[in-house]
Amino acid sequence: MKIRTFLAATTAILASLGAAQAQDPVKIGIVVELSGAGAPSGTNWRDGIRIAVEEINADGGILGRPVATTEYDTQTDPQVSRALVQKAIDEGAYAIWGTIYSGSTLVNMLVAQQNEVPQFVGSEAPAIVEKGNPFVFRTSSGAQKGVPALVPYFTDTLGAKKVGIAWVNNEFGKGGRDVFAAEMAKVGIEVVADVASEQAQTDYAADVARLKDSGADAVFVYMNQEESARFLIEARKQGLSMPLVGEVTLTEAKVIELAGAAAEGAIAHVGLTATATEIEGIAQFAAKFEETFKRRPTHDAIKGYVGAWATKYVTELVGEFDGAAFAEKMKNLCLDVAEHPHMLLDTCWDDRGEMSRPSFMVQVRDGSPVVIGTVPAN
Amino acid sequence: MSQFMQVFLSGLATGSIYALVAIGFTLVWQAAQTVNFAQGEFVMVPAFFVLVGLHVLHLPLWMALAMAMVLSILVLGLLFKKLVVEPILPSGGISLIIATMALGILLKESVKEFYGAEAQPFPAIVPHDPINLFGAVVSMQDLMNLFLSLGIVVLLTLFLNRTRTGRCMQATAQNPAVAEILGVDVKRMILYAFLINAALAALASFLITPVYLAKFSNGETLGLIAFIAAIVGGFNQIRGALAGGLLIGVLDNLTATYVTAEYRAALPLVLLIAIILLRPQGLLGTSEGRTV
Repeated sequence: MKIRTFLAATTAILASLGAAQAQDPVKIGIVVELSGAGAPSGTNWRDGIRIAVEEINADGGILGRPVATTEYDTQTDPQVSRALVQKAIDEGAYAIWGTIYSGSTLVNMLVAQQNEVPQFVGSEAPAIVEKGNPFVFRTSSGAQKGVPALVPYFTDTLGAKKVGIAWVNNEFGKGGRDVFAAEMAKVGIEVVADVASEQAQTDYAADVARLKDSGADAVFVYMNQEESARFLIEARKQGLSMPLVGEVTLTEAKVIELAGAAAEGAIAHVGLTATATEIEGIAQFAAKFEETFKRRPTHDAIKGYVGAWATKYVTELVGEFDGAAFAEKMKNLCLDVAEHPHMLLDTCWDDRGEMSRPSFMVQVRDGSPVVIGTVPAN
Repeated sequence: MSQFMQVFLSGLATGSIYALVAIGFTLVWQAAQTVNFAQGEFVMVPAFFVLVGLHVLHLPLWMALAMAMVLSILVLGLLFKKLVVEPILPSGGISLIIATMALGILLKESVKEFYGAEAQPFPAIVPHDPINLFGAVVSMQDLMNLFLSLGIVVLLTLFLNRTRTGRCMQATAQNPAVAEILGVDVKRMILYAFLINAALAALASFLITPVYLAKFSNGETLGLIAFIAAIVGGFNQIRGALAGGLLIGVLDNLTATYVTAEYRAALPLVLLIAIILLRPQGLLGTSEGRTV
């Protein structure tokens, strides 16, 4: 009798402990640029994640456990970001969401790799997936996939023979500039002006003057948000008449807000845009984001959202919280919208963490980015 | 040639704003024999006063600018002198310099805390629309910056040289003890210097923020460049600060266009070293003796 009572009590205690365990939140670290030059990107990334986490928890969390996030501000400083990824992992993070700036990601992703912690990043520098790190995954295509998608626009639509490149001299800008220059060489378009500028640069008078005098038919602009806005303002001041074409950031909502009328006519290839409202998931996300934060979401917000949902989907495919198994599952994985609606678009990753999905060409018209074409996944 | 004119005029326009900030350094130096290392933040803050006027109080632009100007004169002029300079100055110039550094950090972090870390759009006082001038396309805004800044400097110089108050301010700057014996209200003259500095900083803020965008960290670069401009031109001469500002603005653009864009940030520092080695009093400054 005593043994039976003891076993019953033990079973009850274990069961209650198990129930408590099931309710323990799974910790995830949002390590991102909340201040400094990367703040426009980082705050949007974080806010996109906030919406995703609310939805995920309303949907039962991940494997039945609610998601609890902690936000860490890297101050757009690579060394700080590295320390914060370590801090998040020390505090029990199962996954890391961030960073956006490639210069930071290249430094901090090694920490996540050493600890076998999956990391979804918003960075687009080609080098990130070329390091053989199985734990880092993009939330948008890298420049080596996104920039080539622009080539037909230069060759067929613009009929350009000579182009200028205006790029920001950081890891992100250099990666995009190198890919673009190589693509132009392949199709026989001459790069007649190659103008580098510094991160957080404020005066673009000389840069624009050089491009204006170069005889280029069009200019490829590859900079972060604030720099893009300042560049566009100066381009308008000097009456730069050739088409300004960018990848991702040039037509961002934040850039349009900062540059105002100077952003009018700017063209960009974007992986994700809140203006693609013909896609149901994007329309729903954009409406929810706007209602919550009283502003339009940027592509960084959508990237953060997709990264958070991908963490849930993949973890549930694995069936347990195991970083190594997660990384293995991610190899050559495709998540289609039919079964994974919060991915917004059919999305695949290759064995290096590079992603591909359909993308868009947009142009700023009357103060808003408007989809002017779609580009198939490459 | 058109490219040269383009970058030359753009450089003059930007340099004229550096000059306004550099003149502030000169005024404070002459009034209190100290360097205000929060000068860059003094240029950053008025832009946020304008944004508060526009977005919080929903004022029209001209009223927001007027409110920001008045607030700047009160906070960055009057309060700065009463709460920071007057209590600390008796402890020595070095203490005050350190206090201004702390004030700069406080202002920067406060703006970041209350208005956020992201850059904010700032309305242009005149449109960005370009016009053709000597083969160069320049914006109305650049021309306005240039003429307004130069006009203010001319008016300030006339005020200091042609009015009784201005001459009293100069007397105070040259020798406060003697000026006091001669009946000059020294404290009042010093206060005027601080108020004018705040007004110049606010004006520079209104002119440069439409291009730089309103951001808490704007003061870092502006303060450093204006400080160097003041040294290069001559720390004890308003015309020197003007010359230093214009020189750095133009040389920066010419270097970035014709020599190297990568090392343009180093140019002011190279200029600073050259001036310190070859002409320590600055291009238009006068030598000052100091006893040890």
